[in-house]
Amino acid sequence: MSHTDQSAHAQHVVSYSRYVVIWFGLVALTALTVALAGIELGRWVIITALVIASIKSLLVLNIFMHLRFEDRVFRLFTVVAFVTFLIFIVMTFFDYAFH
Amino acid sequence: MGMWLFLFTELILFGGLFIVYAVYRYTHPDAFHLAAAELNTFVGTVNTLILLTSSLTVAMSITAVQEGKKGFALALLGMTIMMGLAFLVNKYFEWGHKFEVGIYPGAPELLAQPQGVILYFGLYFVMTGLHALHVIIGLAVLLYVFEAVRRGSINAGSYVRLESGALYWHLVDIIWIFLFPLFYLLH
Repeated sequence: MSHTDQSAHAQHVVSYSRYVVIWFGLVALTALTVALAGIELGRWVIITALVIASIKSLLVLNIFMHLRFEDRVFRLFTVVAFVTFLIFIVMTFFDYAFH
Repeated sequence: MGMWLFLFTELILFGGLFIVYAVYRYTHPDAFHLAAAELNTFVGTVNTLILLTSSLTVAMSITAVQEGKKGFALALLGMTIMMGLAFLVNKYFEWGHKFEVGIYPGAPELLAQPQGVILYFGLYFVMTGLHALHVIIGLAVLLYVFEAVRRGSINAGSYVRLESGALYWHLVDIIWIFLFPLFYLLH
């Protein structure tokens, strides 16, 4: 994949069954997050909800959006974008905590 | 590549709103829980399943085009578009019900509520509204892609437009994956 040009990545064919398996995973995680919402978890509610949503997003990004089959530099770009966003959130809350 | 850069700008757009949400939720935890009880979890769950499945069909349509199965690709794209429309119809009834019971920006009944509830619904309408706008744009893109596949200008040898359209549609799905628990599952 890495030794050829840009068109090489475009030739990557993902099988229907692989997509369907990922879809089952996404539906199962949705069922899990809805089920957990009915339980009193206190401050863990938001944490479990965000962890499950993040796993779902990673499945969509990696398989449905073919990120897993892109080259390494490209994948690094997306990681940097998400980490930057996370830093914004963390810094916002540090500001609140020490006001 | 260009499409991904555009998606990063979308992350900043929605990301900013998610930070606003996080701060207001932090400062008004009780009001947010109270207000979230107004939302129908069932409708939200159905819409989540609709969008996840539409992501599946649009992803599968790329494989179909790669294999030269034009009819199957068109069927999958058609299903994706129908599910996008179904999502909007659900949203229409959901918002319509809110308006009926006096929950809309500036409604006297809503303004009489605690400040946290007003903030919650303000964010609810802005974020789900902006998301619905993205669904509408995504549908327009998918219709264009559908037509291009039908005409044959998107085919097994050239399908970058289909990939870009699908990426946009998946982004709309991912945004909803976060909106759903943050607004509907706050009990």
